[in-house]
Amino acid sequence: MNPFLQLLRSSLGKKYLMALSGFVLAGFVLGHMAGNAQIFLPPEYINAYGHKLQSLPGVVLWGIRLFLLLCVVVHICVAVLLTIENRLARPDRYEKEATVEATISSRAMPYTGLILLFFIIFHLLHYTVRSIYDYSNLPYNLHGETVHDIYTMMYLGFSHWWVSIFYIAVMGLLCLHLTHGVSSMFQTMGWRNEKWRAILDKAAAAYGWVVFLGFVSIPVAVLLTEHAGIALLDKEHVEATLALAKSLTLNQ
Amino acid sequence: MNLRPRIPSGPLANKWDNHKFRIKLVNPANRRKYRVIVVGSGLAGGSAAASLGELGYNVLCFCYQDSPRRAHSIAAQGGINASKNYQNDGDSDYRLFYDTIKGGDYRSREANVYRLAQLSGNIIDQCVAQGVPFAREYGGLLANRSFGGAQVSRTFYARGQTGQQLLLGAYNALSRQIGLGQVKMYNRHEMLDLVLVNGHAKGIVTRNLVTGQIESWSADAVILATGGYSNVFFLSTNAAGCNVTAAFRAYKQGAGFANPCYTQIHPTCIPQAGDHQSKLTLMSESLRNDGRVWVPKDAGDCQKEPREIAEEDRDYYLERKYPSFGNLAPRDISSRSAKEACDDGRGVGPGGQGVYLDFSDAISRLGRSTIEERYGNLFEMYERITGENAYDRPMRIYPALHYTMGGLWVDYNLQSTIPGCFVLGEANFSDHGANRLGASALMQGLADGYFIIPYTLANYLAETGAGAPSTDGREFKDVEAGVKARIDRLLSANGKRSARSFHMELGKIVWEYCGMARNAAGLQKGLELIPSLREEFWSDLRVTGQGEELNMELERAGRVADFLEFGELMMRDALDRDESCGGHFREEHQTKEGEAVRDDENFTNVSVWEYKGEKAPPVKHTEDLHFEDVSPSVRSYK
Amino acid sequence: MKLNLKIWRQKNSAVTGRLVDYQLDDVSPDSSFLEMLDLLNEQLVSEGEEPVAFDHDCREGICGTCSLNINGIPHGPQKATTTCQLHMRHFEDGETIVIEPFRAKPFPVISDLIIDRSAFEGITQAGGFITARTGSAPDGNSIAVRKNIAEKAMDAASCIGCGACVAACKNASAMLYVGAKVSHLNLLPQGAAEKDRRVLSMVWQMDRAGFGNCTNYGECSAVCPKEIPLDVIAKMNRDYAVATVKNIFTQAM
Repeated sequence: MNPFLQLLRSSLGKKYLMALSGFVLAGFVLGHMAGNAQIFLPPEYINAYGHKLQSLPGVVLWGIRLFLLLCVVVHICVAVLLTIENRLARPDRYEKEATVEATISSRAMPYTGLILLFFIIFHLLHYTVRSIYDYSNLPYNLHGETVHDIYTMMYLGFSHWWVSIFYIAVMGLLCLHLTHGVSSMFQTMGWRNEKWRAILDKAAAAYGWVVFLGFVSIPVAVLLTEHAGIALLDKEHVEATLALAKSLTLNQ
Repeated sequence: MNLRPRIPSGPLANKWDNHKFRIKLVNPANRRKYRVIVVGSGLAGGSAAASLGELGYNVLCFCYQDSPRRAHSIAAQGGINASKNYQNDGDSDYRLFYDTIKGGDYRSREANVYRLAQLSGNIIDQCVAQGVPFAREYGGLLANRSFGGAQVSRTFYARGQTGQQLLLGAYNALSRQIGLGQVKMYNRHEMLDLVLVNGHAKGIVTRNLVTGQIESWSADAVILATGGYSNVFFLSTNAAGCNVTAAFRAYKQGAGFANPCYTQIHPTCIPQAGDHQSKLTLMSESLRNDGRVWVPKDAGDCQKEPREIAEEDRDYYLERKYPSFGNLAPRDISSRSAKEACDDGRGVGPGGQGVYLDFSDAISRLGRSTIEERYGNLFEMYERITGENAYDRPMRIYPALHYTMGGLWVDYNLQSTIPGCFVLGEANFSDHGANRLGASALMQGLADGYFIIPYTLANYLAETGAGAPSTDGREFKDVEAGVKARIDRLLSANGKRSARSFHMELGKIVWEYCGMARNAAGLQKGLELIPSLREEFWSDLRVTGQGEELNMELERAGRVADFLEFGELMMRDALDRDESCGGHFREEHQTKEGEAVRDDENFTNVSVWEYKGEKAPPVKHTEDLHFEDVSPSVRSYK
Repeated sequence: MKLNLKIWRQKNSAVTGRLVDYQLDDVSPDSSFLEMLDLLNEQLVSEGEEPVAFDHDCREGICGTCSLNINGIPHGPQKATTTCQLHMRHFEDGETIVIEPFRAKPFPVISDLIIDRSAFEGITQAGGFITARTGSAPDGNSIAVRKNIAEKAMDAASCIGCGACVAACKNASAMLYVGAKVSHLNLLPQGAAEKDRRVLSMVWQMDRAGFGNCTNYGECSAVCPKEIPLDVIAKMNRDYAVATVKNIFTQAM
């Protein structure tokens, strides 16, 4: 048989696809988080960063987007395939089930994964397509050029408490998903042994927590600034942008 | 009965080479025309089936377990001997031969034993090549340890799981042949009879243990590698399924049964805890390398905590009685000494049936970690079964039935008195005489399977020519009908008692009267008790279920029925052999110190029993043993 | 001690089974789990009922014949212990014990608690060996094996093929079993020549037999009576990846 085909058909081949697509997505998540964390700097930083990404040549931007999409699709399709096979391999359940070792994060993978899928769709609609709230008119003057004010958009997005709560909860699930997923990746690719197992497991858990805390810090900061009066973010800038947007609308 | 041993001429060291050259071969292109049946898939059967398959014969292999890997060879713990002399401590083929023949109390054939010693090194090479993970030294070379009955370090081992690893080596090789289609494996098939055509073994009848179907299989030759008969004692270290049926059926078809009274009691087993017990568990004799065996000097101390018994109040009886071998004295001697101590009222543990095996000296000398590395799994096993921690408190051990040296008589070619019926491993009688030394059962099983049968079988096949008969023949139909009638008889007994209860009762009788020490009066008593138990068996047996389905009660009943006849044969042989030798200790024949006394004048021979039908007693024939290279001496381990 | 047993009864593979209740008195805490079942069977036979069929042989934890899912756990609650070595002192007087066969699609029930594990046989036949023709071996000491490698190979080789890993895995995956075999043989220098071929064939056969996939739960290793570590799976994964890549560029098979 063609070795490629054999690889794709084999259980381990599918596992490699799962691990490698997961690796890309986990890497993306960290980068995304680092980018977002610029919100704790003056608005200029994140807006410049956003503008830079937006003005990448179309091929590159869409190349990256499609590659990420491909990873998501592969990750999901293979997951579904593996899950079906796994169910088929155990058609009769035990009358009495017990679990000795498996962690919650490992057992919840299909469920956290499913919720994350819905979240991604929501998140894209929320901030990329912007069809849940209208963020089209948020101008920012970046060195004389008018660009989209991402800082304000994020602030406004998370100032709805239900959105923030939803994000925080999902980030918790993402943390669970990553803790097991990253550790599994090392196992699946065979990149560990008895000496490194414990260290890599801890590293995977740490990774999950870093991502969780990094992402969650933003809605928490918004909520504290907006509702508790603890000014962690530049609320004045947000109000200024909104005022500017309003005047621009009136001028038209 | 033809008991010509066919020992080749020439000096001892050249016999095997001469023989290999003189016997006939089957040329590679013709081998596929032959079909060979192998019954049993342990070290002997598995290695034979794999090697014969490799040579190009069509092999059918049968086992009662659900996989060939489960044969009871897997339970051997300690190791396998080989005269490699890797330790530079003066080992040689001749020394291994000498130790084995002396260990067997001069009741085995010189030529067979020498061949075994010669082949021992090849076995290690073969197993290493197969990937058996033997223990290694830091330099990457093979490690050795010493074992009971030897003064050199010649035992190769894989932790306490040597039998498992060797069996998996053979199993892997066998699996390869199955995958190639060269061997057809029939798991969960039990051989219930042997079929003879014109006086030659040409097939077997089996019962499919899942469907209950009775089937006939024909071949050019039949190899039996079906293990020993320790389970006649009910409680033994054998697996629950081990049985004498295949060998006993062959005996009934005309194969001579040799020395059935030679049974080995293993000195280091976990003592029995109560009547519920279904088996005894052995712990490797290698424990005696570092453990010291003792009982209290004073019977009054037996109930005390062992640690509270002062050094001077302990009787390290093996070290006292056998200063040069000490705790490494051979199995029969160690076992009997334990029994003596317990009979003396100085036994410890439940029922006073146990002696201490103490590691405290070794732990303080070598450190706990070394002991853990050497015996960790055995200590764990001991704790699982007894609930006691042997690092803190000495183990309690007691002898248990472990191995049977007797078996179907075979000549130098491993052929029984039935032409075409070859017998390998524990199922034959050939190499261990009246007592087997530690770490030599694995050696014998593998020598038979890997390195002897491929040659000697070819000789037989070349002589007879290819052509397995059809199973539609009258001979097959007759045997098949007999097998079915016997099953019907078991199913229709319609009594009240389970086969297991009869088995337990039989076990008590043979242990009592034909165990570690035997005497004429006891054996005669046993010979009265067994037939009456057998009668009760056939009138009061209850087997539930049907024949044409999975029926474990029926399987057991069939095996117990054979044990009930075999037990009598064993006792008859024990009564007839009016001497003490090796594992066969007759109380009438001992020195003042309780050492065995052989009667070389009358018993330097093999007793071979011929079946004469249900009504008549079996007839004894003898094969005289000739010692040309060693002269039988008093076996002293002092 | 007294016990309430709920035991899976199924006449044969053609019919469906169910749990049946049994009461058992006078069980010695020093008896093993299988001796407890022996006692039950003696009781059943004396009542003229068919005894419970279960697999067992050596009863010392090495042959791998015994199975049983006891209270939801293969081989019961004791770590590193097979059912035959599990003793009743680990249960409470009056306890209810649920006993089921190992369950997996490739392990169909034959009768009651007996299952057919021949799917494992096929995997070994596909490549679980080192080809070493009888009589062709060089001297044992001509192949030096580093002590730690020999130890690791031995750890993997101690697998008894009982199938508890498959039974415990929520996906009925056989990766611990296959990983153990692959690790044992691939770690040793003797097995190097067939390394790639072995892992490719064995995994292929494992998939064909219908076992599930590994999702790294770790249940298999946790219930393994021989405590085979999860690393054997990582080793198999690594070797399979390497073999596949080699196979793409050269002829690894």
